[in-house]
Amino acid sequence: MRVRLRVNGAERQVDVEPRVTLLDALREVIGLTGTKKGCDRGECGACTVHVNGRRIDACMTLAVMHEGDEITTIEGLDHPVQRAFLEHDAFQCGFCTPGQLMSAAACLAEGHTGSDAEIREWMSGNTCRCAAYPHIVAAVREVAGRA
Amino acid sequence: MTTRMFGEPIQRREDPRLLAGRGRYLDDLGHGALAAAFVRSPHAHARVLDIDVTDALDVDGLVAIYTYEDLPERVADPLPLLIPHPALTHGRTGYPLANGIVRHVGEPVAMVVATDPYVAEDIVDLIQVNFEPLPAVVGIENAVRAERLVHDDVPGNVGAHLVQEVGDAPLAVDTAPHRLEFRLDIERSASTPLEGRGVYARPDASDGSIRVYSSTQTSTSVRFAIAAKLGLPATKVEVIAPDVGGGFGVKIVHPWPEEILVSWAARVLGREVKWAEDRREHFVSSAHERGQVQFVRVGFDDEGRVLGLDVRFLHDHGAYTPYGIIVPIITSTQLLGPYKVGAYRAEFTSLYTNTVIVTPYRGAGRPQGVFCMERTMDRIAEHLGRDRAEVRSANFIQPHEFPYDQGLVFQDGRPLIYDSGNYPEALEKVKEMIGWDEFPGRQEKAAAQGRRLGIGLACYVEGTGVGPYEGGHVQVDSAGRVHVSTGLTSQGQGHGTVFAQIVAEELGVPIDAVEVTTGDTRRFSYAVGTFASRAAVLSGNAIALACRRLREKALRIAGEALEADPGDLEIVDGIVRVVGNPRTAIPLRTVAVLANPLRYAFDEEAVRATQFARSSGDDGPPVPEDDEPGLEGRDYYSPVRSTFASGMHAAVVEVDPDTAEVRILRYAVVHDCGRMINPTIVEGQVHGGVAQGIAGALYERMAYDESGQLLNASFMDFLMPYATEIPRITTGHLETPSPLNPLGIKGAGEAGVIPVSAVIASAIEDAEGIRIARMPISPDELFWLRRRAETGEVERTGVVKSDRAP
Ligand code: FES
Ligand code: FES
Repeated sequence: MRVRLRVNGAERQVDVEPRVTLLDALREVIGLTGTKKGCDRGECGACTVHVNGRRIDACMTLAVMHEGDEITTIEGLDHPVQRAFLEHDAFQCGFCTPGQLMSAAACLAEGHTGSDAEIREWMSGNTCRCAAYPHIVAAVREVAGRA
Repeated sequence: MTTRMFGEPIQRREDPRLLAGRGRYLDDLGHGALAAAFVRSPHAHARVLDIDVTDALDVDGLVAIYTYEDLPERVADPLPLLIPHPALTHGRTGYPLANGIVRHVGEPVAMVVATDPYVAEDIVDLIQVNFEPLPAVVGIENAVRAERLVHDDVPGNVGAHLVQEVGDAPLAVDTAPHRLEFRLDIERSASTPLEGRGVYARPDASDGSIRVYSSTQTSTSVRFAIAAKLGLPATKVEVIAPDVGGGFGVKIVHPWPEEILVSWAARVLGREVKWAEDRREHFVSSAHERGQVQFVRVGFDDEGRVLGLDVRFLHDHGAYTPYGIIVPIITSTQLLGPYKVGAYRAEFTSLYTNTVIVTPYRGAGRPQGVFCMERTMDRIAEHLGRDRAEVRSANFIQPHEFPYDQGLVFQDGRPLIYDSGNYPEALEKVKEMIGWDEFPGRQEKAAAQGRRLGIGLACYVEGTGVGPYEGGHVQVDSAGRVHVSTGLTSQGQGHGTVFAQIVAEELGVPIDAVEVTTGDTRRFSYAVGTFASRAAVLSGNAIALACRRLREKALRIAGEALEADPGDLEIVDGIVRVVGNPRTAIPLRTVAVLANPLRYAFDEEAVRATQFARSSGDDGPPVPEDDEPGLEGRDYYSPVRSTFASGMHAAVVEVDPDTAEVRILRYAVVHDCGRMINPTIVEGQVHGGVAQGIAGALYERMAYDESGQLLNASFMDFLMPYATEIPRITTGHLETPSPLNPLGIKGAGEAGVIPVSAVIASAIEDAEGIRIARMPISPDELFWLRRRAETGEVERTGVVKSDRAP
């Protein structure tokens, strides 16, 4: 099936089977491999992207359901939280990082940053097995202006 | 002025790329390669009667299906037993594809190659395997009972049995003024990096070579293994570890069946083939760790000093032993921690079960050993009515007693001799950080409000930086860039930063001029791998030594050019200059040009190195005897034995009186890894370790049912800590240099995880007054422990029944 997506501001036509996830369409068809696959079943957040401004797990939705949708991936993200991650050493292997950053940017936009506990709660969909959590929280806190 | 680089908390340099989604992990490579997928056993133990591929044959996109019968010699051989040991009398390994029998759920039975991963998985579903299920052996107790066998030819399911002793521990226990005897249980857990395993092979038919990318902790060994299995000279095989999304031990195992099979199939088909593991596959077909049952007998005096410690433990190593018995050896030797005990005996039996193989996971046997020793310390303190910190202190090896020989043989076959440390100071520091002495008051106040607080403490010593060796190569090019390579691999430890810091410091060059490559056999072919907290110690020192060679050469050549004595020269910011006369100077990049006599000038710089431009008037050859062209240095570091890092953790927990939920209120770490190269990176490593430790203390276990099915093989059911579970961690550093290596460093990668279960158990016990003898402990288990304590079925603390061991 043919679907039209707007990915990082550019119009993309993709031809995919109906069963292809948005994650695989981005990675395998469009070739944007920045978005990661940690579980492929909605349990780790590594595949977080923004669809029409909302964060979602790209492995839990099919590409064909997104006709005309505005999709932002890590390749299209330009946000102060990226610099904050660098300054706070908020990652190690970097595999969860694209998802963490997409989630963090959304978490900040949603305003779920009133306290460390709130940040932790609203970032809890993103696993980091390297457990850079304390530094991730610090990075989000700083951008939220509470540092 | 040269800015100091070694020891500075500089930002990691590999990060900007990762922040923009430009990481290159295994599955980001090989767009358009054929996809491999595996038919895996659904049974824990079964005979493979027949494999029927009929239904799969007309699927569009099928390229090949392979079963054991299709494999050529060598590929069809059992996988190598990587670390043999005399005590491993019955070591067994699996086959790349099942050879008539499967011994755990997840064992590969057939390989499918297709045009894309979706099709490959469809085909896997269409292949019918006819199994004859056999009774499974699951759990340590069933393994010991040995009513059924995992391997017909391994009696009692016993793979290995080993005793190490110093003095006569049973006698020392029997004759001690006080003695205790108890059992401890430790569950399985696993590394579960966020990126699973993966292999991508690119054959080159024109010259018969193959390049393999693998998400591995050891590219050099994967290379030799693939070369051996495919019958190729190593020069025809390149192995590259690209960005690796975490390892924590599981990716040191090699060659995985998939590494061999994907490489082999790529050559047979003459096509690129890729396999990226999925999450469930990782749970059931990679590796786990931890599972042990320990029986402890200890004898001690009135001060709490251990006079005799006699530990017998059973270790579950799963269905095969490709990685030997490293894990239980580490448990039995590192159990002693920072203590000197009168007499010690450790006996272990390593057992087969019909479960996934057990190989090192961060900590590698140490968390179990420390759990044993620290639970013992707490029991002693309780028995004597003494402070837990005081009892530990009474047993410490003192700072003046180093080097301290524990009298045992360590995992590297070398004597277990601690190089340095300062345990009393670490204890004072961690007590202060956590507020140990004030805690009873706090606890009482909380109790008055109906809150249950508890405090716990644990100490460990970690043998780090095991041999045999690593190497480093450093080269300055004519643009002044410094190219560094070492053979071991990186999985997020920030090697690109810490190695660059070492180089910047040793050579006097700006850190931005340094570029580091790890895990690429094209750049460095001799290496061991990244495990056992060894990268900084081994490669760090090798790189420093390589820099020193390069520096000596640079000063010699610069000395000739500047007509100065090399001893009067220094390198600052990439410029070689005369000390006290900075105008007499020559950039290192020019030295690099001069180091390579040229016939042909390819650019402006090169003109200076051509034969008629060179001023040297003597009649020696352009490259002097015993010298080599180029400004580079290569060296290796091979330690006599391990360095011993150490640390102490303490925590305050609150336990909910109704739900039995455990919350960590404060967590303090004192950590001594010798001289630190980069405190920020050390801190990140400590945080990561502590989080995995908390996971092991409270959440993670492998829930096998009696038929050998792993019931929680997903991130939904295998509980891992999220941002919500990890408390703020305060870290204090001690830096007791190691006398064993030029940089005075010890490893830091695994330390954080090691004492956590012991700390949390100690704190929960303190809060609840109920003995904690297993890890992990869930709210549910704690709830039932409370119930059973009410009925007297489990012991409460502080109830001294008798001095005599039961
Ligand atoms: S890959 Fe989508 S949530 Fe894990
Ligand atoms: S940085 Fe490795 S998983 Fe988060």
